[in-house]
Amino acid sequence: MTVRASVETLRLEGVRKSYGVGTPVETEVLHGIDVVIGSGEFTALVGPSGGGKSTLLNLIGLLDQPTGGKVWIQGVETEKLGDAERTRLRGRSIGFVFQYHYLLPAFTALENVMMPMLAVRGFPDDAMRERAAKLLDEVGLTPWRDYRANDISGGQQQRVAVARSLAMKPALVLADEPTGNLDTNSADGVFDVLRQVNESSGTTFLIVTHDPRLAQRCDRIIELVDGRLVADRPNTNVVRRSGAAFSEAGAARLVTPSPELK
Amino acid sequence: MSRFTPFEWIAAMRFMREGFVQTLLIVFGVGLGVAVIVFMAAALAAMQNNIIRRTLNYMAPIVVIPPQQVARPLREDGKGSAVLVQPRSQQLRSIDQWQKVRSQIERLPDVTAVTPVVSGPGFALRGDANKAVNITGIEPETYLDVIALGDKIVDGRLSVASSDIVIGIELAQDLGAGVGDKLRLTTATGASATLNVTGIFDFGNKRVNESNVYISLHVAQSLLNLLGGVSSIELRVRDPFDAENVAQVIQDETGQEADSWIRTNAQFFTAMLAQTLTNRLIRFFVGLTAALGIASVLVVSVVQKSKEIGILRAMGTSRGQVLRLFLLQGAVMALAGSLLGSGLSFVFLALFRSIARNPDGTIMFPIDIEPSLIVTTAVGATLVGVLAAALPARLAAQLDPAVAIRG
Repeated sequence: MTVRASVETLRLEGVRKSYGVGTPVETEVLHGIDVVIGSGEFTALVGPSGGGKSTLLNLIGLLDQPTGGKVWIQGVETEKLGDAERTRLRGRSIGFVFQYHYLLPAFTALENVMMPMLAVRGFPDDAMRERAAKLLDEVGLTPWRDYRANDISGGQQQRVAVARSLAMKPALVLADEPTGNLDTNSADGVFDVLRQVNESSGTTFLIVTHDPRLAQRCDRIIELVDGRLVADRPNTNVVRRSGAAFSEAGAARLVTPSPELK
Repeated sequence: MSRFTPFEWIAAMRFMREGFVQTLLIVFGVGLGVAVIVFMAAALAAMQNNIIRRTLNYMAPIVVIPPQQVARPLREDGKGSAVLVQPRSQQLRSIDQWQKVRSQIERLPDVTAVTPVVSGPGFALRGDANKAVNITGIEPETYLDVIALGDKIVDGRLSVASSDIVIGIELAQDLGAGVGDKLRLTTATGASATLNVTGIFDFGNKRVNESNVYISLHVAQSLLNLLGGVSSIELRVRDPFDAENVAQVIQDETGQEADSWIRTNAQFFTAMLAQTLTNRLIRFFVGLTAALGIASVLVVSVVQKSKEIGILRAMGTSRGQVLRLFLLQGAVMALAGSLLGSGLSFVFLALFRSIARNPDGTIMFPIDIEPSLIVTTAVGATLVGVLAAALPARLAAQLDPAVAIRG
């Protein structure tokens, strides 16, 4: 396996993906993507529906394998890794936030955040619990940490999902429309958390979004249309804050509209 | 979440608790199946043991007798087809060199007790009454190791000195004889002896109680005209169910005929075998039904939870962990079911005890559920649970996380 300098969190070279390989309906949805994302970047991936954004995210997240080209995660070439190695790399280096948060309803908010650590390490311990509690505190959910995942609001669930994605201190967090089904306030709140984490820990973020307003809050914008990269530009005019800050007490403030939006 | 519970266990328990109703239903289903299996196994074993015990009460597992006498036609050139050969009538004979045969048998490893017996037909007479009896001359020191006659004495004591006789309770009634009374034994040879009734036995079998009389070996020898000889050697073996094999060995080694109780009671054994087979068949299908129940519940669970499984995989859960998560659910449901079932089997037992009673109110036959049966069933059920979970667990482990999440 080739190891590259680790300042690159992600490198894609000529990545292609076809569905229905070997059948008459074989369709290529990604036609050779080349992109490099450096450590600590906060990047938006935009483009129309059906453009291949989610497919690309699945390939980067090692949930799927490309039909052509190569994917490096933190300098590790992933093409030849077996399922177990991919799983290990995914567990330790990549965090996921999905549009429909997908918390495990059988567990509490705190346990959901512990879950990635538990899955990777096998047995629970106090350090996991403390880390999960700290993460929940950072997203302003300490009062709700012992609630079942289904007993809290959508915005709160998504913040739990954000905390969960950070549990293993991943180098890269992939977020697939993390605010897609949230109201504007909750969306801003979740986005604030992402930016805060990015700034404080240097975690790399790649965020798929349909919302141009949120894209404007990223450092770099990549546009994917019909399976091709059509634009890749730095965002010089970054809107850093929505104004709704997170803290234990700040969680309540989320319901008030943020000044920028007025 | 204790620090000693692994991820798979925690997730399996939560998943089952989440689908509480499903889990409960299947645990009850498995429980009923296990209860039926445990109860049936116990009932069958008790029934068979009961019959076996009653049979081996008065009957030695193996009886060695002299080989049958055969008529040998003088012409052996095969052309004697006109000659009618009448089967030889079998006279009462002694086993040839029975002391030697006895010590030969005693040396066999599976044989636990050996006793010589002289038995033959005779009549018991007292006053106006006379009854056909089966005279059994015994050597009490060794005979009691083969047949527990001593435990069956209901009146008097077991004593077969030269002028003593021990008779069955039915015969005692028929002859109007009690302990201390005298009666006369005669045989077809014309020999007769007057003997004192010293004890009365009850084997719980009317035929035996009516016909068997026990006297000393040498009195029987003179009554039956077998001086110095014995008509049979009776023995007990370690495993009564192995009696037929031991009998074959004895037959080969001694040249005498050895009849095992299995052959003597062939019909009973055939019936018992059929019962056992039927029982196994029922157990197999009950087990299969429980397994299918567990499998179907888990397949539904895999489908319902495919998104969650996808998320778990995205979070770094390995295929092996997902596999074990579902295998564990199968094992736990089956184990819980088998524990519940074991409890239920005691309820069945109590019901059976209250229903299956003799007309006089005594229990028909005692059933005991042995702890080993419950342990075996629990272990077996857990294995079945794991096997039943194998298919759904594989389905879950093979889920493509990208597809599952996109769902």
